[in-house]
Amino acid sequence: MTTLQSLSQIRGVKNVPWDEYYTSGHRTCQGCESALALRLMAKAAGPRTIVLGSTGCMYVANTTYYTTPWVVPWMHTQLGSAGSAATGTAAGLKALMRKEKIKEEPINVIAVCGDGGGADMGLSAISAALTQTEYNLLIFLYDNESYANTDIQVSGTSPWGANTTFSPPGRVHRIMNRRWKKNVAGMLATGHPECRYVATTCTSYPLDLQNKVRKALTTGGPTFIHTLDPCPKGWDYDPRYSHELGELAVETGMWVLYEVQDSKLTLNGPSKALANGTKQRKPVEEYLMRQGRFAHFTPEDTSYVQRKIDDMWTKWWVPGVIPFQNEVVT
Amino acid sequence: MTTLPALGGIQVERDELISGSEAIARACVLADVDVITAYPIRPYDTVMQYVARLIANGELDCEFIVADSEHSQFEMVKHASAVGARVFVGSSGVGWFYAFEAITVTAGLRLPVVAMVGNRALDDPGAFGVEHNDALAVRDLGWLLTWVDTAQEALDTALIAWRVAEDPRVFLPCAISADGAFLTHSQQIVKVPGKKLVQQFIPPYNRGNLVLHPDNPITIAPQVNEDWLMEIRKQTDEAMRRAKGVLAEAYQEFGDIFGRRRDPFIEEYETDDAELVLVGMGTLAMPVKVAVRKLREQGQKVGFIRVKWFRPFPTQELQQSLSRFKAVGVVDRDFSMGSPSYGGVLFNEIRSALYPLPQRPAVVGFIAGLGGREIRVPDVSNMIDMTRKTVEEGRTDQQTHWIGVRE
Ligand SMILES: Cc1ncc(C[n+]2csc(CCOP(=O)(O)OP(=O)(O)O)c2C)c(N)n1
Ligand code: SF4
Ligand SMILES: [Mg+2]
Repeated sequence: MTTLQSLSQIRGVKNVPWDEYYTSGHRTCQGCESALALRLMAKAAGPRTIVLGSTGCMYVANTTYYTTPWVVPWMHTQLGSAGSAATGTAAGLKALMRKEKIKEEPINVIAVCGDGGGADMGLSAISAALTQTEYNLLIFLYDNESYANTDIQVSGTSPWGANTTFSPPGRVHRIMNRRWKKNVAGMLATGHPECRYVATTCTSYPLDLQNKVRKALTTGGPTFIHTLDPCPKGWDYDPRYSHELGELAVETGMWVLYEVQDSKLTLNGPSKALANGTKQRKPVEEYLMRQGRFAHFTPEDTSYVQRKIDDMWTKWWVPGVIPFQNEVVT
Repeated sequence: MTTLPALGGIQVERDELISGSEAIARACVLADVDVITAYPIRPYDTVMQYVARLIANGELDCEFIVADSEHSQFEMVKHASAVGARVFVGSSGVGWFYAFEAITVTAGLRLPVVAMVGNRALDDPGAFGVEHNDALAVRDLGWLLTWVDTAQEALDTALIAWRVAEDPRVFLPCAISADGAFLTHSQQIVKVPGKKLVQQFIPPYNRGNLVLHPDNPITIAPQVNEDWLMEIRKQTDEAMRRAKGVLAEAYQEFGDIFGRRRDPFIEEYETDDAELVLVGMGTLAMPVKVAVRKLREQGQKVGFIRVKWFRPFPTQELQQSLSRFKAVGVVDRDFSMGSPSYGGVLFNEIRSALYPLPQRPAVVGFIAGLGGREIRVPDVSNMIDMTRKTVEEGRTDQQTHWIGVRE
């Protein structure tokens, strides 16, 4: 395995590096948390990094010809190709370095994908990448909970009942999206026992996000991070509330912050406090009712979501991670 | 064994009994390929079985990735090529189509991926045998595309493929088509050149200021939209035009270095005094040549022309060559449903290439050997007869004949 960069954990906001590697030039919506996720990711990874970006908002709204925001080398990859792009890039670098065709040095390889690209179309390629233990790479899935770029369509990670252009509430069917959000990080962590680092994060916790990027890149091998990013356009709220909504997602227990490093699971930040009881979960209503995409919800719909979240926290083996009941039939 | 001068300490070449697939695997060793990705589908996958064995035995040093799908397989080499790695990949039939999204953008990105297509019918209904529709599907996209008909030609063409694809004047991907079973699986004596000589022939792949690396922090494939897409497509078109000359140059130098000289674009067989010829691609050359010899024994002035490069299409070469004959029968191992005259792809390309000529031969279309069905010597005689009849009867309503179809 080629060597890894030494990227130390950032202790406190005052120690966040000044240098930016994802800068102006993009034209994402005001309040776009996915753009912020990329900015934080690039900052944490530093200059000796190659970024591959799947089709989606973070391609189309990000890299207009002549105005790229990327200071580090960046290349587009196809919608379902984050896993294969990272693998191919890492393999190319590894072969060239081993055969002394280019200088031997640690280069971070990060492939970015959305929830549509990563959790739906590209799941197989990401799964394959996570088995390629000889390559150092990070798959960074930014989850805005819809196919946002194509005008907000329901994806495998959209919340139950959300109003999207493919799941609009109507006179006969109020709830068009009757699927529950996929447990992507949990599935990848449990399904790839050789993968040494899987984490979830959220842009409302920027230090958590940056440090997880650094952990992934310094742990080595194939790694995976899933971030939840509030999207003013798709979630239908005033952009000024992006940060708050990310916090509410975590504080209501709808999104769980954790990491699995070398098979050791740690809940992070508020999620840890919710788990050990030092903090109470806020009602999901506080989160749902702030967003236009749930404006059609009846009280029954809200209670249904609350029940499901309660179940996740009380009945799952590990809340937010492993959905099996906490007992094994032997 | 060889007419080449013995070079001090350099192994010039040795004879080996190998299949078309094995010949291309050998070429991977000779060209010192960096990244190879595989996914199983018959019949191309034999090449990857040989590659795997060469790696296991320490003869080939490369990253070898068994992908989760052809889409991933082709995406991986695309990205490896962008960071400057020499790559090899391949597929057949529906596998090639599964990879098609990656295949289209590889050409758009001007990445010199070299691929082998072991031609296979497109399921459904299921068939493993040769049909050319799989590889032909890239004909409009900016892929260099060639058909080889012997194991020797497979090896030689693979070396030429890396050299031309990676030439900065070209920077286009290249697909080497080999007929399933007839070439992928049949063994022939092949002269395998020494690695040192090959190094003389293929310079290292150097992407220059287009390489993706932290020392060269470029953005590749941003959104250009209607603002720039036409200019970029035109650049690809120019590259394809230049490829013609670069190919000719490569064949010339290949002859100088390895002593095997060939016409790059078309092969003519018994055409000097011919009145009519058949034209085709790939291994059908074998039965056609046998039939041509037989018919010549009977005094018929017939010949055969094998089209080797389909992209860039040898327009001038075919214009010059075919204008000498009264009639041309084009044998397609493919179909193009609903096309002009309901003809095959090669047939319509040839008719189109000949159109500007003041003196055009009659062109008759045949569709034969689909799904791996054998094209036999009597089939060839039949096609030659039908071509002749078309001229004698002065028919101009060009028809397409399906050969050997049961009623
Ligand atoms: C193969 C393919 N199918 C469909 C599309 C159309 N498309 C472009 S962006 C996009 C949305 C992707 O959604 P996601 O991955 O969640 O990223 P987001 O737009 O939300 O940032 C889609 C479906 C495409 N580019 N490629
Ligand atoms: S639609 Fe959402 S993800 Fe896309 S740019 Fe706007 S805020 Fe960002
Ligand atoms: Mg999305």
